[in-house]
Amino acid sequence: MIVNRTEAILGRVILIVVLIATVIPLVNMLSAALQPADTNPTGLTFPTDPQWINFVTAFEKGNVWRLMGSSLFIVVFVVPISLVCATLAGYALGNLRIRGSRFLFIFFILGLTIPFEALIIPLYYEVQGLGILNTQWAVIFPLIGLYMPFSVIWMRAHFVGVPQELSEAARVDGASRWQEFRSIQLPLARPALSALAILLFLWTWNQFLLPVVLISDPLNRTVAGALTFFQGQYSSSIPLLNAGALIIIVPTILVFVIFQRQFIQALLQGAVKG
Amino acid sequence: MTSPIAPRRAAAKAAARRGTLSGWMFSVPALIFYTGFVIYPLVLGIQYSFYRWNGVGPSEFVGLKNYIRVFTDPTLLGSIGNAFVLIAFFTLIPVSAGLVLATLIRSMKPGPFSNLSQTILFLPQIIPLAAAGIAWSWMYAQTGAINQVLNAIGLGSLARPWLGDFQTALPAVGLIGSWVLTGLCTVLFLTGIGKIDQSLYEAVRLDGASWWREFITITIPGLRQEIAVLVTITIIAALSSFDIIYTTTLGGPGRSTLVPGISIYRIGFTQSNVGLASAFGIVLMILVLACVLPIQRLARASSK
Repeated sequence: MIVNRTEAILGRVILIVVLIATVIPLVNMLSAALQPADTNPTGLTFPTDPQWINFVTAFEKGNVWRLMGSSLFIVVFVVPISLVCATLAGYALGNLRIRGSRFLFIFFILGLTIPFEALIIPLYYEVQGLGILNTQWAVIFPLIGLYMPFSVIWMRAHFVGVPQELSEAARVDGASRWQEFRSIQLPLARPALSALAILLFLWTWNQFLLPVVLISDPLNRTVAGALTFFQGQYSSSIPLLNAGALIIIVPTILVFVIFQRQFIQALLQGAVKG
Repeated sequence: MTSPIAPRRAAAKAAARRGTLSGWMFSVPALIFYTGFVIYPLVLGIQYSFYRWNGVGPSEFVGLKNYIRVFTDPTLLGSIGNAFVLIAFFTLIPVSAGLVLATLIRSMKPGPFSNLSQTILFLPQIIPLAAAGIAWSWMYAQTGAINQVLNAIGLGSLARPWLGDFQTALPAVGLIGSWVLTGLCTVLFLTGIGKIDQSLYEAVRLDGASWWREFITITIPGLRQEIAVLVTITIIAALSSFDIIYTTTLGGPGRSTLVPGISIYRIGFTQSNVGLASAFGIVLMILVLACVLPIQRLARASSK
């Protein structure tokens, strides 16, 4: 690659400026969180006497354990159920190519661009009718449905790429369709599945609209949905609000930093396929 | 006289039918969730949109009245207008900034610095949008970092509560979207540039082409697919924005940052006008489709 020196240096400088701009709002939260809880803080300063106690206060006042538990409960149902349903349907559409699979595929694509806001009003009354309004199920079931088009299309794309010869060979050897699916298709699908799992986890954990509308008690929401509760709780204290918000985003950032290669890969593929 | 093939063919057909049947069985769980929680509410929403209903009492059929109101009520039209303004910040800025950044840093050798910058650029993509809203409310506050910087460089007269000012609230909220989406665009473009044939770059360089010419003749055409994808995603994000606005301005001051998502929420749950809110939801869905379909078609046509 031919790149001259000035360009290389200019590129570095611009990149560093952008990186700083990306990080500043987060650092700024930390700077606010460390200032005395009962003051109105000013701008980006590193306090001489950092109030780490604010994190403890925010943690207790915000019922963070309970919130994390509630989020985890929602994720633990949404992600595995979505994965199972999407894998089965993706296999049927991509590998079995059943009659009508083209129609099914288009039927799922239809759901891909529907904004959640367009469905939120009827969802509210549907969930109310089911008697699960204000429980975590009010978010779990609709989210599985709303993520389904993307998940199915994602898994279909994987199964389309698996050579048909593999299935034929298995069938010649007398394997039933289910055996073939279990012992040949599933192991091959592991990378596609784990990327999808990462995406679904992130989307569920960060989901805001559904929990805010469908669960009135903020403590039963996802952590993201509970941020509004923090805003109410700490309306008088910017330091505590920022401490609370940081407590909520740090676990995600940690998980991201640990699995960052998989995360970036998954998000990029997710963007292209979505 | 029956040919010996006939029964075999019938058996094959039966097997195929069984195959189709078991194949459909595989799709049933996905179909149940999808029809139950996407298609059914969609149909329900269409039905509500023709009624006047407060959510509890009796409902009254009003025909297209709700739709007419969506397109004539200045508040609702205003919120659609704001959503289109947001496209400039959610789509135009991140996609063009991403293109430029990706071109500039493509020269970077893979190493700890390039990995670190990828990680950092991706951070806004990981945290909940609602948290981004909280972080930026504080950046924009009267005593926040933006005004602090302005004061420090002698532009203190420009300092203001950015989210509370009628003139600046919408761009301020839009820039939060730019902050969230620029990293995604940059990283996706970087991987796209990696796939462009490097000899093309060398060829134009040998012809003495400028940086700009190279950008226009090779980079942009080479990234067509990525551009189409990102424009689609970011337009959807702009038109259906909710989280950021909810945690920063709630649509205010006045109606200056009101967007369809917030309008639907307010009309449906605060004002209990379920019919109108549902109609607005359907309109929003059609708007998104009307913006996304042409882009998809264009991308497909140009890739042929």
